[in-house]
Amino acid sequence: MIRAEGIYKSFSDLEVLKGIDFTFEAGKTNLIIGKSGAGKTVLLKILVGLLEATEGHVWYDDRDLCKMSKNALLDLRMEVGMLFQGNALFDSMTVEENIMFPMDMFTNRTYKEKLDQVNFCLERVSMEGINNKYPSEISGGMQKRVGIARAIVLNPRYLFADEPNSGLDPKTAIKIDELLLDITKDKNITTIINTHDMNSVMEIGENICLLHEGRLAWQGHKDEVLESTNETLHDFIFASPFLQRLKDRALSNTPNS
Amino acid sequence: MYYKETVRQMHSIGVGSLMIIFVVSFFIGAVTAVQFIYQLDGTFIPRYYIGYIVRDMSIIELAATFSSIILAGKVGSNIASEIGGMRQKEHIDAMEIMGVNTASYLVLPKIIAALIVIPLLISVAAIISIGGGYIATLYSGSFSSEEFIQGLRSFFEPYNVMMMYIKAVVFAYILTSIACYQGYFVKGGSIELGQASTRAVVYGIIVILIADYIIAVLLTG
Repeated sequence: MIRAEGIYKSFSDLEVLKGIDFTFEAGKTNLIIGKSGAGKTVLLKILVGLLEATEGHVWYDDRDLCKMSKNALLDLRMEVGMLFQGNALFDSMTVEENIMFPMDMFTNRTYKEKLDQVNFCLERVSMEGINNKYPSEISGGMQKRVGIARAIVLNPRYLFADEPNSGLDPKTAIKIDELLLDITKDKNITTIINTHDMNSVMEIGENICLLHEGRLAWQGHKDEVLESTNETLHDFIFASPFLQRLKDRALSNTPNS
Repeated sequence: MYYKETVRQMHSIGVGSLMIIFVVSFFIGAVTAVQFIYQLDGTFIPRYYIGYIVRDMSIIELAATFSSIILAGKVGSNIASEIGGMRQKEHIDAMEIMGVNTASYLVLPKIIAALIVIPLLISVAAIISIGGGYIATLYSGSFSSEEFIQGLRSFFEPYNVMMMYIKAVVFAYILTSIACYQGYFVKGGSIELGQASTRAVVYGIIVILIADYIIAVLLTG
């Protein structure tokens, strides 16, 4: 479980986050959604420790990220995996070397042990046999999967994904969502996904945090989205006329309408 | 991992720069010889001084300073672009989340590699420069091989070689650390990356020339 407690963040005079309180639950896919400029990426970076909050605390179970010693922070890093929007795969390394990198840095495993773990992770993301390819030699969807494989190679307790579906076709995006959901359930980890993708919201949104102008505007489960009367949520989810028409049709077909 | 990265950087800086160092040093030595032949004309300065002047000019000044300026352009811009590109493509963020000390992992191997390889490149530059001077002297037709070699063997001061290596180490540190700094703290997009790369080269060259003056004053005063 990760808990954001009274998070404020300002850049000079610009206040981006204005007091966020939210609990990201273990064993669930927690989604941070909101319009561009709502503060999603800033919140994600604060949660993961890449940015420091101006005020507030981030709790990893009972550990306060803001008060951790260097060694404690290093230990925590071993428990965190992250998938970046642009994948952040190292260009000069092969797929195998990319996935092996965290193990090379922090474990004393033999090459054989590391290779077994790499192959296990590649199999987990259905990408067997591409060990010796370079990131530039594989497609965007494959790069996402390799990014996930690298994020889970040290068996993290906390998994972060920044816009995992950006730039992917709908089918591949669904597969990535399913994969993130499977991994979350398999390992009972706390997964936090920053997304714009409405399909992700409706398919894997088990605990949704809607940000609007730096504040928490709505929270809930995907099943509560359609019935919610929250205007900000409504404006965000049904911003597209196509989805609005679908919603109208769905509501007109319900027995009570 | 640090060892592997250091070796990769040594290869990149060393082998990657060998050709340009070779070409530049050869012509620097050759031009020094031609200019000195021109200066010697009609004077009472012993003719074998041609070898002595080319040797000392190469060792004391030209090999270290010229090579470092060339490397500030080639290696400096390369390092700034590489690290800056990693910053922009979130590679540095990815490493930080993994718990890697990025300043150490990205900067240290480059500085260590440069401190090892650049003095070697400068040694090669000094030898090639003297060779260039020798060929240009023979090609001029007015000096013999024996005269050049006699000069080469005269008044040799091992201290000058030490001065060359001191310069090499100091310049190597300057050009890599400035380039790493410019790349590591780059913000924005491709325009800012280009500007950081340019700053790495310009600041690198300026600081090398200032350091060259300070070393010359300190070591010859």
